[in-house]
Amino acid sequence: MAARRMDTSGTESRGWHSSIVGFVLSLFLTAAPFALAMSGRMSRPIAVAGIASAALVQIAVHLKFFLHLRDSPSSRWDILALIVTVLIIILFVGGSLWIMHNLNYRMM
Amino acid sequence: MRNPAAAIQTGEHSGHETASNQAFGFWIYIMSDLVLFSVLFATFAVVGGNYAGGPRGKDIFDLPYLFGETMLLLMSSTVFGLATLAAQAGRRRAVLWRLAIIFLLGLGFIAMEIGEFRGMILAGNRPERSAFLSAFFTLVGTHGVHVLLGLVWMAAMMCQISVRGLTVPVRSRLARLGMFWHFLDILWIGIFSIVYLMGVA
Repeated sequence: MAARRMDTSGTESRGWHSSIVGFVLSLFLTAAPFALAMSGRMSRPIAVAGIASAALVQIAVHLKFFLHLRDSPSSRWDILALIVTVLIIILFVGGSLWIMHNLNYRMM
Repeated sequence: MRNPAAAIQTGEHSGHETASNQAFGFWIYIMSDLVLFSVLFATFAVVGGNYAGGPRGKDIFDLPYLFGETMLLLMSSTVFGLATLAAQAGRRRAVLWRLAIIFLLGLGFIAMEIGEFRGMILAGNRPERSAFLSAFFTLVGTHGVHVLLGLVWMAAMMCQISVRGLTVPVRSRLARLGMFWHFLDILWIGIFSIVYLMGVA
Protein backbone atom coordinates (compact mmCIF):
# COMPACT_ATOMS: atom_id res chain seq x y z
CA MET A 1 0.00 0.00 0.00
CA ALA A 2 2.80 2.39 0.97
CA ALA A 3 4.73 1.44 -2.15
CA ARG A 4 1.64 2.05 -4.23
CA ARG A 5 1.13 5.49 -2.73
CA MET A 6 4.76 6.42 -3.30
CA ASP A 7 4.40 5.26 -6.87
CA THR A 8 1.32 7.46 -7.34
CA SER A 9 3.03 10.56 -5.95
CA GLY A 10 6.06 9.86 -8.16
CA THR A 11 3.79 9.73 -11.20
CA GLU A 12 2.09 12.90 -10.06
CA SER A 13 5.30 14.91 -9.60
CA ARG A 14 6.50 13.73 -13.04
CA GLY A 15 3.11 14.77 -14.42
CA TRP A 16 3.41 18.23 -12.84
CA HIS A 17 6.85 18.53 -14.34
CA SER A 18 5.50 17.59 -17.79
CA SER A 19 2.62 20.09 -17.58
CA ILE A 20 4.84 22.97 -16.42
CA VAL A 21 7.51 22.28 -19.07
CA GLY A 22 4.75 22.11 -21.72
CA PHE A 23 3.30 25.40 -20.48
CA VAL A 24 6.61 27.30 -20.44
CA LEU A 25 7.61 26.05 -23.90
CA SER A 26 4.15 26.91 -25.30
CA LEU A 27 4.28 30.36 -23.70
CA PHE A 28 7.58 31.07 -25.45
CA LEU A 29 6.39 29.56 -28.76
CA THR A 30 3.29 31.78 -28.61
CA ALA A 31 4.97 35.02 -27.52
CA ALA A 32 7.73 34.78 -30.17
CA PRO A 33 5.46 34.66 -33.28
CA PHE A 34 3.17 37.35 -31.79
CA ALA A 35 6.20 39.61 -31.31
CA LEU A 36 7.34 38.78 -34.85
CA ALA A 37 3.93 39.69 -36.35
CA MET A 38 3.48 42.82 -34.22
CA SER A 39 6.95 44.31 -34.78
CA GLY A 40 6.40 44.26 -38.56
CA ARG A 41 10.11 44.70 -39.18
CA MET A 42 10.63 41.38 -40.98
CA SER A 43 9.75 40.96 -44.64
CA ARG A 44 6.56 38.95 -45.11
CA PRO A 45 8.12 35.66 -46.33
CA ILE A 46 10.50 35.53 -43.35
CA ALA A 47 7.73 36.41 -40.87
CA VAL A 48 5.41 33.74 -42.35
CA ALA A 49 8.17 31.11 -42.19
CA GLY A 50 8.91 32.04 -38.56
CA ILE A 51 5.22 31.90 -37.56
CA ALA A 52 4.74 28.55 -39.31
CA SER A 53 7.77 26.93 -37.68
CA ALA A 54 6.83 28.20 -34.20
CA ALA A 55 3.31 26.74 -34.73
CA LEU A 56 4.64 23.34 -35.85
CA VAL A 57 7.03 23.12 -32.90
CA GLN A 58 4.27 24.16 -30.48
CA ILE A 59 1.94 21.48 -31.88
CA ALA A 60 4.68 18.90 -31.29
CA VAL A 61 5.11 20.24 -27.71
CA HIS A 62 1.37 19.88 -27.06
CA LEU A 63 1.30 16.34 -28.45
CA LYS A 64 4.20 15.31 -26.23
CA PHE A 65 3.59 17.17 -22.96
CA PHE A 66 -0.21 17.47 -22.89
CA LEU A 67 -1.52 14.53 -24.93
CA HIS A 68 1.48 12.31 -23.96
CA LEU A 69 1.92 10.77 -27.39
CA ARG A 70 5.25 9.00 -27.40
CA ASP A 71 7.21 6.39 -29.22
CA SER A 72 5.93 3.39 -27.28
CA PRO A 73 3.67 0.41 -28.12
CA SER A 74 0.78 2.02 -26.22
CA SER A 75 0.78 5.06 -28.52
CA ARG A 76 1.42 3.18 -31.76
CA TRP A 77 -2.17 3.12 -33.04
CA ASP A 78 -2.80 6.72 -32.01
CA ILE A 79 0.26 7.83 -33.97
CA LEU A 80 -0.68 5.69 -36.98
CA ALA A 81 -4.16 7.30 -37.07
CA LEU A 82 -2.52 10.73 -36.76
CA ILE A 83 -0.16 10.04 -39.67
CA VAL A 84 -3.03 8.94 -41.94
CA THR A 85 -4.99 12.06 -40.95
CA VAL A 86 -2.03 14.34 -41.66
CA LEU A 87 -1.76 12.70 -45.11
CA ILE A 88 -5.46 13.44 -45.76
CA ILE A 89 -4.98 17.05 -44.58
CA ILE A 90 -2.00 17.53 -46.92
CA LEU A 91 -4.09 16.20 -49.83
CA PHE A 92 -7.07 18.44 -48.96
CA VAL A 93 -5.24 21.68 -48.23
CA GLY A 94 -2.38 21.26 -50.72
CA GLY A 95 -4.74 19.98 -53.44
CA SER A 96 -7.24 22.83 -52.95
CA LEU A 97 -4.50 25.46 -53.10
CA TRP A 98 -2.87 23.85 -56.15
CA ILE A 99 -6.11 23.55 -58.14
CA MET A 100 -7.39 27.01 -57.28
CA HIS A 101 -4.07 28.71 -58.02
CA ASN A 102 -3.89 26.88 -61.33
CA LEU A 103 -7.46 27.87 -62.17
CA ASN A 104 -6.72 31.46 -61.22
CA TYR A 105 -3.64 31.47 -63.46
CA ARG A 106 -5.56 30.07 -66.45
CA MET A 107 -8.41 32.56 -66.05
CA MET A 108 -6.12 35.57 -66.27
CA MET B 1 -2.02 2.44 -21.26
CA ARG B 2 -2.95 0.03 -24.01
CA ASN B 3 -0.12 -2.36 -23.29
CA PRO B 4 -1.87 -5.77 -22.86
CA ALA B 5 0.87 -7.10 -20.55
CA ALA B 6 0.43 -4.15 -18.19
CA ALA B 7 -3.34 -4.69 -18.21
CA ILE B 8 -2.93 -8.32 -17.09
CA GLN B 9 -0.50 -7.33 -14.35
CA THR B 10 -2.87 -4.83 -12.80
CA GLY B 11 -5.56 -7.54 -12.78
CA GLU B 12 -8.29 -5.35 -14.25
CA HIS B 13 -8.06 -6.58 -17.77
CA SER B 14 -11.63 -5.99 -18.95
CA GLY B 15 -12.14 -2.56 -17.33
CA HIS B 16 -8.74 -1.37 -18.46
CA GLU B 17 -9.28 -2.64 -21.99
CA THR B 18 -12.71 -1.00 -22.23
CA ALA B 19 -11.28 2.36 -21.15
CA SER B 20 -8.38 2.15 -23.59
CA ASN B 21 -10.70 1.07 -26.45
CA GLN B 22 -12.92 4.04 -25.64
CA ALA B 23 -9.91 6.36 -25.64
CA PHE B 24 -8.80 5.02 -29.03
CA GLY B 25 -12.31 5.32 -30.48
CA PHE B 26 -12.45 8.92 -29.27
CA TRP B 27 -9.03 9.57 -30.79
CA ILE B 28 -10.46 8.40 -34.16
CA TYR B 29 -13.33 10.89 -33.69
CA ILE B 30 -10.78 13.66 -32.99
CA MET B 31 -8.91 12.73 -36.18
CA SER B 32 -12.15 12.98 -38.20
CA ASP B 33 -12.84 16.36 -36.60
CA LEU B 34 -9.34 17.40 -37.63
CA VAL B 35 -10.24 16.53 -41.24
CA LEU B 36 -13.34 18.74 -40.93
CA PHE B 37 -11.21 21.64 -39.73
CA SER B 38 -8.64 21.03 -42.48
CA VAL B 39 -11.41 21.65 -45.04
CA LEU B 40 -12.29 24.94 -43.33
CA PHE B 41 -8.58 25.85 -43.29
CA ALA B 42 -8.33 24.99 -47.01
CA THR B 43 -11.36 27.20 -47.73
CA PHE B 44 -9.77 30.05 -45.79
CA ALA B 45 -6.46 29.56 -47.59
CA VAL B 46 -8.18 29.69 -51.01
CA VAL B 47 -10.57 32.65 -50.50
CA GLY B 48 -8.85 34.41 -47.56
CA GLY B 49 -7.32 36.97 -49.91
CA ASN B 50 -10.62 38.00 -51.53
CA TYR B 51 -11.53 41.15 -49.61
CA ALA B 52 -14.10 42.52 -52.10
CA GLY B 53 -13.01 46.05 -51.14
CA GLY B 54 -13.73 45.29 -47.49
CA PRO B 55 -11.27 45.23 -44.58
CA ARG B 56 -8.13 43.13 -44.53
CA GLY B 57 -6.95 41.10 -41.56
CA LYS B 58 -4.56 43.92 -40.73
CA ASP B 59 -7.47 46.38 -40.35
CA ILE B 60 -9.67 44.35 -38.01
CA PHE B 61 -7.41 42.07 -35.90
CA ASP B 62 -6.37 43.21 -32.43
CA LEU B 63 -3.29 41.11 -31.64
CA PRO B 64 -2.81 42.01 -27.92
CA TYR B 65 -6.49 41.07 -27.35
CA LEU B 66 -5.91 37.82 -29.26
CA PHE B 67 -2.83 37.10 -27.14
CA GLY B 68 -5.05 37.30 -24.04
CA GLU B 69 -7.52 34.84 -25.58
CA THR B 70 -4.66 32.48 -26.47
CA MET B 71 -3.28 32.62 -22.92
CA LEU B 72 -6.67 31.73 -21.43
CA LEU B 73 -6.88 28.62 -23.61
CA LEU B 74 -3.24 27.63 -22.97
CA MET B 75 -3.64 28.00 -19.20
CA SER B 76 -6.85 25.95 -19.25
CA SER B 77 -5.08 23.19 -21.20
CA THR B 78 -2.21 23.18 -18.69
CA VAL B 79 -4.58 22.98 -15.72
CA PHE B 80 -6.38 20.09 -17.44
CA GLY B 81 -3.10 18.16 -17.36
CA LEU B 82 -3.07 18.73 -13.57
CA ALA B 83 -6.75 17.73 -13.24
CA THR B 84 -5.97 14.45 -15.04
CA LEU B 85 -3.17 13.80 -12.52
CA ALA B 86 -5.50 14.44 -9.58
CA ALA B 87 -8.05 12.05 -11.15
CA GLN B 88 -5.40 9.35 -11.49
CA ALA B 89 -4.48 9.83 -7.83
CA GLY B 90 -8.19 9.60 -6.90
CA ARG B 91 -8.33 13.10 -5.36
CA ARG B 92 -11.90 14.13 -6.06
CA ARG B 93 -11.81 17.56 -4.44
CA ALA B 94 -8.68 18.57 -6.37
CA VAL B 95 -10.25 17.35 -9.63
CA LEU B 96 -13.37 19.45 -9.02
CA TRP B 97 -11.38 22.57 -8.17
CA ARG B 98 -9.20 22.26 -11.22
CA LEU B 99 -12.17 21.60 -13.50
CA ALA B 100 -13.85 24.72 -12.10
CA ILE B 101 -10.75 26.78 -12.96
CA ILE B 102 -10.61 25.27 -16.48
CA PHE B 103 -14.32 25.98 -16.93
CA LEU B 104 -13.87 29.66 -16.00
CA LEU B 105 -10.82 30.04 -18.28
CA GLY B 106 -12.78 28.44 -21.16
CA LEU B 107 -15.75 30.68 -20.45
CA GLY B 108 -13.42 33.70 -20.51
CA PHE B 109 -12.10 32.60 -23.89
CA ILE B 110 -15.62 32.27 -25.33
CA ALA B 111 -16.66 35.63 -23.85
CA MET B 112 -13.64 37.32 -25.45
CA GLU B 113 -14.35 35.66 -28.79
CA ILE B 114 -18.01 36.72 -28.72
CA GLY B 115 -16.84 40.24 -27.83
CA GLU B 116 -14.49 40.24 -30.83
CA PHE B 117 -17.21 38.98 -33.22
CA ARG B 118 -19.69 41.49 -31.84
CA GLY B 119 -17.26 44.37 -32.41
CA MET B 120 -16.64 43.27 -35.99
CA ILE B 121 -20.33 42.88 -36.81
CA LEU B 122 -21.22 46.24 -35.24
CA ALA B 123 -18.50 47.84 -37.41
CA GLY B 124 -20.25 46.41 -40.49
CA ASN B 125 -17.72 43.61 -41.06
CA ARG B 126 -20.29 40.82 -41.22
CA PRO B 127 -19.72 37.35 -42.71
CA GLU B 128 -21.49 38.37 -45.93
CA ARG B 129 -19.18 41.39 -46.41
CA SER B 130 -16.47 39.44 -48.28
CA ALA B 131 -15.24 35.89 -48.95
CA PHE B 132 -12.41 36.56 -46.48
CA LEU B 133 -14.89 37.39 -43.70
CA SER B 134 -17.17 34.41 -44.56
CA ALA B 135 -14.23 32.00 -44.31
CA PHE B 136 -12.97 33.74 -41.17
CA PHE B 137 -16.28 33.53 -39.27
CA THR B 138 -16.87 29.92 -40.38
CA LEU B 139 -13.44 28.68 -39.27
CA VAL B 140 -13.10 30.61 -36.01
CA GLY B 141 -16.81 30.22 -35.18
CA THR B 142 -16.69 26.42 -35.65
CA HIS B 143 -13.79 26.29 -33.20
CA GLY B 144 -15.75 28.47 -30.77
CA VAL B 145 -18.77 26.15 -30.97
CA HIS B 146 -16.47 23.22 -30.14
CA VAL B 147 -15.17 25.06 -27.07
CA LEU B 148 -18.75 25.83 -26.03
CA LEU B 149 -19.74 22.15 -26.35
CA GLY B 150 -16.61 21.24 -24.37
CA LEU B 151 -17.82 23.55 -21.58
CA VAL B 152 -21.25 21.87 -21.54
CA TRP B 153 -19.52 18.48 -21.33
CA MET B 154 -17.28 19.80 -18.54
CA ALA B 155 -20.27 20.99 -16.51
CA ALA B 156 -21.82 17.53 -16.90
CA MET B 157 -18.55 15.90 -15.76
CA MET B 158 -18.38 18.12 -12.66
CA CYS B 159 -21.92 16.99 -11.74
CA GLN B 160 -21.04 13.32 -12.32
CA ILE B 161 -17.85 13.57 -10.26
CA SER B 162 -19.60 15.23 -7.33
CA VAL B 163 -22.54 12.76 -7.39
CA ARG B 164 -20.86 9.47 -8.33
CA GLY B 165 -17.23 10.08 -7.38
CA LEU B 166 -14.22 9.04 -9.48
CA THR B 167 -15.55 5.66 -10.62
CA VAL B 168 -13.90 3.84 -13.54
CA PRO B 169 -16.46 5.02 -16.16
CA VAL B 170 -16.31 8.62 -14.86
CA ARG B 171 -12.52 8.65 -15.05
CA SER B 172 -12.67 7.24 -18.58
CA ARG B 173 -15.05 10.04 -19.64
CA LEU B 174 -12.85 12.64 -17.96
CA ALA B 175 -9.83 11.30 -19.86
CA ARG B 176 -11.72 11.68 -23.15
CA LEU B 177 -12.80 15.24 -22.25
CA GLY B 178 -9.11 15.96 -21.60
CA MET B 179 -8.18 14.69 -25.07
CA PHE B 180 -10.91 16.89 -26.57
CA TRP B 181 -9.77 19.96 -24.64
CA HIS B 182 -6.09 19.55 -25.57
CA PHE B 183 -7.17 19.00 -29.19
CA LEU B 184 -9.08 22.32 -29.19
CA ASP B 185 -5.96 24.10 -27.93
CA ILE B 186 -3.87 22.53 -30.73
CA LEU B 187 -6.45 23.69 -33.29
CA TRP B 188 -6.23 27.18 -31.84
CA ILE B 189 -2.46 27.22 -32.53
CA GLY B 190 -3.28 26.70 -36.22
CA ILE B 191 -5.98 29.39 -36.14
CA PHE B 192 -4.00 32.15 -34.45
CA SER B 193 -0.93 31.40 -36.60
CA ILE B 194 -2.56 31.09 -40.03
CA VAL B 195 -5.61 33.37 -39.74
CA TYR B 196 -4.42 36.12 -37.41
CA LEU B 197 -0.62 36.32 -37.35
CA MET B 198 -0.07 35.57 -41.04
CA GLY B 199 -2.97 37.93 -41.82
CA VAL B 200 -1.16 40.79 -40.09
CA ALA B 201 2.49 39.96 -40.89
